Amino acid sequence: VKALGRWVVAGLVLLLSWRRRVPAAGERRPLPQQPGSPGAELVVLALLLVATAGAAGFILVYAWDAVPNQTQFLGLSLGLAFAAFAAAAVIVGRRLVPLGEASEPYPGLHEPEQEEVEQLVRESGERLSRKRLLKLAAGGAGATLGAALLVPAVSLGPFLDTDPLRQTPWRRGRRLVDSAGRPLVADEIEPDTFTTAFPEGADPEQLAAPLVVVRLEPARLELSPDRSGWAPDGILAYSKICTHAGCAVSLYRVPSYEPTSARPALICPCHYSTFDPAQAGKVLFGPAGRPLPQLPLLIDGKGQVRAAGGFSGPIGPSWWGVRS
Amino acid sequence: MRLAPAALAVAIAFALASAASADTPLVRKGRALYVAGCISCHGDRGQGVPPVGTNRGAGGIRGAGPPLRGVGAASADFYLRTGYMPLRNPFDQPARSAPSYSRAEIDALVAYIASLGGPPIPKVDPSRGSLSEGLQLFTENCSGCHQIVAEGGVVTDAVAPALKAATPTQIAEAVRIGPFVMPRFTPAQLDDRQLDSIIRYVLYARDPDDRGGWDLGHVGPIPEGMVAWLLAGGVLVLLAALIGGRREQ
Repeated sequence: VKALGRWVVAGLVLLLSWRRRVPAAGERRPLPQQPGSPGAELVVLALLLVATAGAAGFILVYAWDAVPNQTQFLGLSLGLAFAAFAAAAVIVGRRLVPLGEASEPYPGLHEPEQEEVEQLVRESGERLSRKRLLKLAAGGAGATLGAALLVPAVSLGPFLDTDPLRQTPWRRGRRLVDSAGRPLVADEIEPDTFTTAFPEGADPEQLAAPLVVVRLEPARLELSPDRSGWAPDGILAYSKICTHAGCAVSLYRVPSYEPTSARPALICPCHYSTFDPAQAGKVLFGPAGRPLPQLPLLIDGKGQVRAAGGFSGPIGPSWWGVRS
Repeated sequence: MRLAPAALAVAIAFALASAASADTPLVRKGRALYVAGCISCHGDRGQGVPPVGTNRGAGGIRGAGPPLRGVGAASADFYLRTGYMPLRNPFDQPARSAPSYSRAEIDALVAYIASLGGPPIPKVDPSRGSLSEGLQLFTENCSGCHQIVAEGGVVTDAVAPALKAATPTQIAEAVRIGPFVMPRFTPAQLDDRQLDSIIRYVLYARDPDDRGGWDLGHVGPIPEGMVAWLLAGGVLVLLAALIGGRREQ
């Protein structure tokens, strides 16, 4: 926020120190002087204001989830902004920039020509009577449009505070429940099925909340010795959030007859990262850079499944705090 | 001692005959078809054949296949009526094709497999289901592989088929048995009513209500993006041509 304030101050100072250059009298003109067109200027000004309003509307609609038909309004506002900006550019090009052909004798790549070009550029604004105002309006429209294009990037993750990325609702003893809130019973988790589970009494929308639960033959598990007790009766739980781009790992490839087809795997539908549940979530295929985090489980006296601790690693895609 | 093998054969034949006599004619017909067409991969009694065996089936292909004891009528009905079985190469993924057996033959084979034990063919009634619940359940449980309007997709090392040709009964069977590499869903996970809802949605998704007009094959963002870029690109070129003009010489 401090940095933002500094930028605003710097911009204001620049704006205030901007002074008009007065054209020297008696200069030779490459193009004849053309009359101004205050009416066209007003139209351009209005169009630029519409573009600003459209882009600002996009930001508002994007930030405010309660808007009905949000997608349609997003498209309309951004489209309006671009269309108005383009129309303003068209009018400036056709009505407000000096038009004409300037011929030049061939040998002339020297200083005076460059001066002439500079003069041409200077004079290109002289049909405008409210030059500064129009520049300001164009700058405003451009800046708001730019902001409208950048604002959706905020949705990619926590903006300033990255703490939520490290939070997890899983503690030793917390029960696993299904999407309807019913506790998971170990005996009902059958082989060849897969279940999405959530922490009991915690926000299911939290990144670390959803789990994918599968059951394999205990004999075929290849977990490291420090994870030996993590899969009671062969029941395994992994984070459902892919470690590549954060999609939901919603595919379970489980062969009816393994000798003639592929081995069991958890697969993310976005880019086909394929994880081996028998080998602690090891990446078998695809762009994911690290295994799915595993959650140790225990089965309580009533046969219900509970967490036996926290995850084996950070949840979700790698970012600047989590690289490997 | 040359009599002993003969006596043994007679005894076995007698035992078989007496065992078979307990079966209905349909089961006996199914057993005959099974022996003729299935045993190189599934074993002579549905016990399965491991891929290390030396069984050779039609065309000299080495047989390998899962046991069929306990899979029940649901599996047999699904695999035979979709044309998934028989499979030319046991290491291929089964794909939908015209059934190799006639209706009556499939009835007989299903009766025989059912006599080995296992779940019956599920009863379905899509009209009992709710379309909106079906959409929600399909999105949660099925669309990851089969795509949101059941156009099909892939998983690594396998194909998730489109559901355009699946009958309501076949959809229910697939959900309950989990063919090939698909997981299965127990009644505790999806009850029969929820299954009816899913089936109703799959039937609806064959001809969905396309509010936007052009459906682009219902396959999502890639064709949508292509159309947007190509059409919008054309419009932009036209606009540029309108705004500008060729310089007069």
